[in-house]
Amino acid sequence: MSAAGVVSDLRARFGPAVLAEQVTRDSFPTLWIATDAAPAVHRFLKHEIEQPFRMLADLWAIDETARQHRDGQPPSGVTVASHLISHDRNADIRLKVPLEADYPRAQSIAGVFPNAEWYEREAFDMFGVEFVGRPHHLRILLPPGWEGHPMRKDQPGRATERAPFNMTAALFDAKEHALAANPQAFGLPTQRDGVELMILNYGPHSMATHGVFRVVLALDGEEIVAARPDIGFHHRGAEKMAERQNWHSFLPYTDRVDYLGGVMGELPYLQAVEKLCGITVPDRAMMVRVMLSEFFRIMNHLLFYGTMAQDTGAMSPVFYMFTDREHAYRVIEAITGARMHPCFFRIGGLSMDLPVGWEQMVRDFLDWMPSRLDDYDGMVLRNEIFRARTVGVAEYDTAVALDWGVTGPGLRATGLGWDLRKARPYCGFENFEFDVPVGVRGDCFDRTKVRVEEMRQSLRIIRQCVDNMPAGPIKADHPLTTPPPRERMLHDIESMIHHFVGTSWGPVVPVGEATGQVETVRGLTQFSLISDGETASYRTRIRTPSFPHLQMISAVAPGMMVADLVAYLGSIDYVMSDVDR
Amino acid sequence: MIGMLITATISVTMIMVLLVVAGTFTWVERRLLAFVQERLGPNRVGPFGFLQWVADTVKILTKEDRPPPGADPGAYYLAPAVGATPILAGFGVVVFGDGLTLAAVDVGVMFLLGMMGLTVYAVVLGAWASHSRYALMGGMRAAAQMLAYEAFLGLSLMGVVMLAGSLSMTAIVEAQRDVWFVVLQPLGAALFCIAGVAAAHRLPFDLPESENDLVAGYLTEYSGMSFGLFFLGEYLAVLLVSALAVTLFFGGWHGPFLPGAVWFGLKTGVIAVVFVWIRATLPRPRYDQLLNFAWKIALPLALLNLLLTGVIVVARSAS
Repeated sequence: MSAAGVVSDLRARFGPAVLAEQVTRDSFPTLWIATDAAPAVHRFLKHEIEQPFRMLADLWAIDETARQHRDGQPPSGVTVASHLISHDRNADIRLKVPLEADYPRAQSIAGVFPNAEWYEREAFDMFGVEFVGRPHHLRILLPPGWEGHPMRKDQPGRATERAPFNMTAALFDAKEHALAANPQAFGLPTQRDGVELMILNYGPHSMATHGVFRVVLALDGEEIVAARPDIGFHHRGAEKMAERQNWHSFLPYTDRVDYLGGVMGELPYLQAVEKLCGITVPDRAMMVRVMLSEFFRIMNHLLFYGTMAQDTGAMSPVFYMFTDREHAYRVIEAITGARMHPCFFRIGGLSMDLPVGWEQMVRDFLDWMPSRLDDYDGMVLRNEIFRARTVGVAEYDTAVALDWGVTGPGLRATGLGWDLRKARPYCGFENFEFDVPVGVRGDCFDRTKVRVEEMRQSLRIIRQCVDNMPAGPIKADHPLTTPPPRERMLHDIESMIHHFVGTSWGPVVPVGEATGQVETVRGLTQFSLISDGETASYRTRIRTPSFPHLQMISAVAPGMMVADLVAYLGSIDYVMSDVDR
Repeated sequence: MIGMLITATISVTMIMVLLVVAGTFTWVERRLLAFVQERLGPNRVGPFGFLQWVADTVKILTKEDRPPPGADPGAYYLAPAVGATPILAGFGVVVFGDGLTLAAVDVGVMFLLGMMGLTVYAVVLGAWASHSRYALMGGMRAAAQMLAYEAFLGLSLMGVVMLAGSLSMTAIVEAQRDVWFVVLQPLGAALFCIAGVAAAHRLPFDLPESENDLVAGYLTEYSGMSFGLFFLGEYLAVLLVSALAVTLFFGGWHGPFLPGAVWFGLKTGVIAVVFVWIRATLPRPRYDQLLNFAWKIALPLALLNLLLTGVIVVARSAS
């Protein structure tokens, strides 16, 4: 990864506006830049250098007011951090802007990166950061009438820390009215060429929106003139929870960020924690992590495939695919003891070793699946009506995808074969043989096809795991491995003490910042963690792929028919918990 | 007087039988779909779950049924009745066996088409009366779809009428004593089946309902027996279209060994099962694709079929 040259370029171009370079536990350069220079620096990185940083992967805020260890960082009350990715360089850069604590005001970069729009709204919602250059500041995850900015350190982290909540009839009515699909509030046009448009509140309880998500549509007949996605119905405050759970006990929550990704959600979090601790995970644990993650990729894509067919009106495929998922779940059950949220990985390894007989179960699944996938090709992909419903529908090209922060199959369908497992192999992915399927047109059909092909590749990866599973320990030999190997726990005092501290208090992770990135089922999931030397994280930022994917709807949907929107939503393959966190 | 009483008794009996048959058909459909989809389907109430439809009927009859706020109650309650009645009336002219019919009308085919065409009023009326945007869109789709499909539904079976030289269902069946019209009119039969699926609002032509994008289309706001009547109308329509297809193309009650009525029932059943099979298999095209197909492909083909049949009939009678 070569981002080193960029740092000197930036220093040469912006001079004193580059305040400092921060050392972190990951490999991404982190620069502090002056508040006013932010739009210019972002524009420079996106447009004015060779091999530009074309994608804003994430933008988030940090409340620095309670932080003890900030060595080498400029003074800041609230920090806004942005994370840019250059696919040409295969490199990332992180920019940080220091702001005041009491009245944080930053420069908006939504003019440079369109997908900053929602991220800035989120920073306002959670931290009260105001962005100069934005027409308005609307809440995004919290309801419109919410008071305060809950991610600030002075805001309570538990319900018991605040006055009891009473839902009165009047409050209920007020909340309900606040949710009315008022076109003005959503900035929707009500007329086009003198024709009055119909405002249709699509969701949050429509089966077509796959979860509590709504799109407010302005329709001319069945044609969509404008669409405004509205999220936040599934918000649970996962990032705030991370600040009160200890490093170990936050693990189950990571499973539930993307509730269909299963153990895959634990990976980026653990990667970041393990970087902070300096743990190297043993080979066997890594291979098991890969195998189970790929199982969940298949299970998620099967669900996607079935519901995608369902969204175009075919009712049967989803049932066949649930049969397949059940087969896979039986393997997952046997190995982890749970189904959707196994919470099987641990800091430094796995919770337990593979059970006796796992190989045969996995092999049975590998033998079962391919012919079924071939059947589905005929049933769905080669079906004329399915093609008519998806080919050319909701097309976007690579440039648009990068502008909106699209990752995962949605990006690969446009022809850019960017897969973190290949681009930045983790967990030993460099040792596996597999292809990265890409599409051509970037339409609903290609997105479906890419995922179908990914299932075949995942089967290949799992087969390689079974054939080459190394022997050895499943937990790293490191004091911060939590919990320490049980068989040693009762035999030596060191492990005993670590076990006691780790389970009663929580592991104390060394001070530092680190980011873990994983190619999850939906795209790039990224956990940016800050440790202040405590048993809990100081700040946990969860970058999920579905969030920008939904933001893009307002750009892609106009001109479609209502039925196309359903196919488009299906082809995004989002999970609302992954959007709202 | 006595004749009228007998007719009335027979009519009531037939309606009862039809309701039972429609209920049974819902069970058949659910079990068949389940069979196709690797699941069990309703198998708890009665033998093989056969009484499930009875339980559902009781449930649907006792369920609260009220119009949503802002709806027009009169039209709202009228619509389901308008949906089910014409279909029931349509069965009046169906010839179940040799001479087995309630009303041997000379223009039976026309009467049936008319009755089936009326159901669209129910859909549009219900959609409009519901005061819901989803329902409204379903109603609009229904109106456009009905216009498109009525056009070639009628034309597709005119070939049969030409060959038989009559609009009477009995005469049409009699004309198939030697060879079924599906052999002589393959294109007409195919077009008729497509239009029939559309007329019965069944997948892949169930756009007025389209539960994947319009919640339930024109049915969105309906519950209880109002919903039940619509539902019943749809299932009866499937049976009616099947019966019509058997009459027009598959030789009606003709068949060896068994009595005519049994043959008729068997053939109708097979075609109704094909409806279910289609539903289990196909996705749903988009609204504009559907209309394009109807106006740009199906209608010209139906006209072509009519033209060719006409030429052949005229040439044969001339020679």
